[in-house]
Amino acid sequence: MAQFPPVKDRMKMVRNNMPEQDPNVRNTNFEEVALGYDVGLALNEAQRCLQCKTPTCIDMCPVNIKIDQFIERVVAEDYVGAYNKIREDNFLPAICGRVCPQDKQCESTCVLTKKYTSVAIGRLERFVADKVMSMNMIPAPVKAKPTGKKVAIVGSGPAGLACAADLVGLGHDVTVYEALHELGGVLVYGIPEFRLPKAIVRQEIQRLADAGVKFVKNAVIGKTITIDELQKEEGVQAIFIGVGAGLPKFMDIKGEELAGVYSANEFLTRINLMKAYQFPDFDSPVLDPQGRNVVVVGGGNTAMDAVRTAKRLGAKSARIIYRRSEDEMPARTEEIHHAKQEGVIFQTLTNPLEYLGDKNQRLNGVKLQKMELGEPDKSGRRKPQEIKGSEYIEPIDIAVVAIGNGSNPLLLETNPDIKTNKWGNIEVNPETMETSKKGIYAGGDIVTGGATVILAMGAGRKAAKAMNEFLNRQ
Amino acid sequence: MFKIIEARFLSKDVKLFKIAAPRIAKKRLAGQFVILRLDEQGERIPLTIADSDAKEGSITIIAQGIGKTTKKLNTLNAGDSILDVVGPLGKPSHIENFGTAVCIGGGVGTAIAYPIAKALKQVGNHTITINGARSKDLVILEQEMKKFSDEAYITTDDGSYGHHGFVTDILKKLISEGRKINFVLAIGPIPMMRAVTEATRPHGIKTVVSLNPIMIDGTGMCGGCRVIVGGKSEFACVSGPEFDAHNIDFDNLINRNKTYLDLEKEATLKFEHECKLVNQKPV
Repeated sequence: MAQFPPVKDRMKMVRNNMPEQDPNVRNTNFEEVALGYDVGLALNEAQRCLQCKTPTCIDMCPVNIKIDQFIERVVAEDYVGAYNKIREDNFLPAICGRVCPQDKQCESTCVLTKKYTSVAIGRLERFVADKVMSMNMIPAPVKAKPTGKKVAIVGSGPAGLACAADLVGLGHDVTVYEALHELGGVLVYGIPEFRLPKAIVRQEIQRLADAGVKFVKNAVIGKTITIDELQKEEGVQAIFIGVGAGLPKFMDIKGEELAGVYSANEFLTRINLMKAYQFPDFDSPVLDPQGRNVVVVGGGNTAMDAVRTAKRLGAKSARIIYRRSEDEMPARTEEIHHAKQEGVIFQTLTNPLEYLGDKNQRLNGVKLQKMELGEPDKSGRRKPQEIKGSEYIEPIDIAVVAIGNGSNPLLLETNPDIKTNKWGNIEVNPETMETSKKGIYAGGDIVTGGATVILAMGAGRKAAKAMNEFLNRQ
Repeated sequence: MFKIIEARFLSKDVKLFKIAAPRIAKKRLAGQFVILRLDEQGERIPLTIADSDAKEGSITIIAQGIGKTTKKLNTLNAGDSILDVVGPLGKPSHIENFGTAVCIGGGVGTAIAYPIAKALKQVGNHTITINGARSKDLVILEQEMKKFSDEAYITTDDGSYGHHGFVTDILKKLISEGRKINFVLAIGPIPMMRAVTEATRPHGIKTVVSLNPIMIDGTGMCGGCRVIVGGKSEFACVSGPEFDAHNIDFDNLINRNKTYLDLEKEATLKFEHECKLVNQKPV
C-alpha cells in the first residue's frame, strides 16, 4: 500500500499532466480530448496533497467535497472508499471532475498554489469515478426506508439530478420530469462528446434510477402537466424547479434572421443531442461546416464548445469573435488553451454589427467593428468601446451566436404566483431555495442565470435539505 | 413509447394517426402541436394536433409524406409505436365569436384548419370553410369540415372537384359580394397563406395564419423557428404558431425553410433507396 512521502518531498513533486489526444488528430474526431490519469499518475498526483489541517480547497468547492479524505484513500489505493467519500457530497463525480472550472474553485485556494501549482483535484475526482466504474465496483445504492412523501423535480439537468439524489436517499418518492427525449439537460444537449462522453452521463443517471428515482421524459411542465396539477392531482407534496436558462439571447442586429445564423443552443443541440454530425445515418441535418468559414460570437464555455465543434466538422476557418480581450473571457482556461491548440482563431476586441446575405437570404458575410477597452464598469470588467471608423466586412458561411441565455418563460406562464425578478429568474430564499409559492423550491440557472454545473448541483442539494425538512413537517 | 391506435390514408400521401397519449389529450386545445421522433436515429418534427379525445386518451395527427421522416411515419400502422411524442406545444388558437369567420385549409393544412373551424363554430361564429387541394384525390376531411360549417366550399387547382381554381377565388368572391367577414384563418402552403393575406389586406379583415418554420425542440430553447412578425423576431414554437398575417415577413420564412433543402433531398433519396432494397414500396 502506498503512502504519503514526507511533506518537504511532496512540495517538490510536479503537478502531473493528463494525457491528451494529439491536437491535430482530435480536431477531426468527437472522442474525448483528455484521456484521464492512469493508476500511476493518479497516485503520484494524490501524493502531492499536503493533507492540510484546515483544507481551504473544501471551502471553495460548491458542494464541499471532503477533498483531503478522498485523496488520502487514493494514496491508500482504496478507490471504492475514495468514491464513497466523494459521493457523500457529490452524486456526479465523473461529470464534475470533467467540467468544473477547478481553477476558479477548489484548486484556486490549494496552499501549493502560493509557491508551486495546485493539486489536480478535478483530475483525481475524475480518476476515482472512472476507475470505480471501469472496475464495475460502484456500490449498490442503500435504499432508505420509504417515507411515503411524493416529490417532483422539474428538469433533469445537474440541479435536478443532485436534488433527486439527495431526496431519494432520504426515502422520498421522487419523479423527475424532463421536456426533451433524453435526460441530463445541458450535459446532453450542450456540452459536446469530446469534453463529456454521453455514456458517462447515462451511467450516472442510471445509478439514480437504480436508487429508485423515476424519470418521465417528453413532459413539458407548464404544458403537458402544470405545477398545480402535480400538487392537486398527482399528490406531490414538494416540487423542485431546475429548468435552467434555456432561452438563447440574440444581439438584435441586422441580418440575424438569415439562414446560416444559429443560436449556440440550436447548433449544439443539433450536433450533441440529435447527432447531426452523423447525418444521414441520423436524420437531423445541420449546415455542414466542411470547407466553410465559421464564426462563433462570445467568449464563454458555450462559445468554445461551438467553435471546437465547427473545427471538428472540417471548417476552413473556425473563429471566436469576442468584444473584450482574452483576459475577460469567462470560459475555462483549459478550454481556451485546447481550442487554440486545435487551430481555433481568436479574434478578440471585435464585435459583429450586421450579418450580410445573398439574394436567397443565405448568410455570406459579416460586418465587424474593432473595439478597445475603456474604464472598468460596475462588475469590475473593463467596458469595451467601439472604435469609430473601424468597420470592415469578412466573408463567412455560418455564424453561431453564443452570448448567453435568459430564462425560458414557458413554465412560469402558467404560474404567475411564482415570483420572478426583472430578468425572469425565479426569486428564492437563499437559505432554503424556497420560492414565493409554498412547497415549491428552485435552483440552478433558473435562479442565478447561466452559471456552472457544480453551482447548479450545490443549489439542488441545498434545496433538497430544506425540502426534506418541509416534508417531515407535513 | 406512444402506441398508434388507428392509422389510415386520407389521400394518396396523407395519413391520419390516432395515438395513445393521455396526458396530451387531456390538455390540448385547438391550434397546438406536438413534436415527435420516430426512433433512436430520428429527427424531431412538429405536427399539429388535428383532434383529441380526452376520454379515450388519444390525439390525432395527420401527416403528408414529403420527406424522409413523414414518408417513414406513413409506413407505420395501428399497433406500431412512435418513440417520442411531446406536447401540447405552442399557444392555443385565439377562439372567440367574431361574427363571421372564414377558415381556409390548403392541402394537408386542412388538418390544422379543421380543429380551429370546429372550435370557432362551437363558440357561435357563422363559419365558412374553404377546403382547397391540387386535385380531387387530395381533398381531405371534407365531411368533417362540412359538419362544422355553415357554408362549405371545395376548390381544386385542376378543377377535378368543386370550384376550378384557388381558395382565394372563393374568398375574393365573398368579399366582392359584400359579405361581412370579421375573421379569416388560413393554413396551408406558404404561397397560399400569402395570397390569402394579400386578399384581405386591402379590406382590413383580421387574418391569422399558422406558420410552419423549421423546429427542433419546440419549447423555446433554440430559436431555430424564429420568424419576423411586425419587424420583430419571434419564436414560433412559444409565441405562435399563429400570428397576425398582415405583419409576417413571408420572404424570410420561405428562405429559412429552404436552409436544408439539399440535405433533405439526400435523406429522402437514401430512405427510398433502402426501401427498394428491402423490396418495400415507399409510400
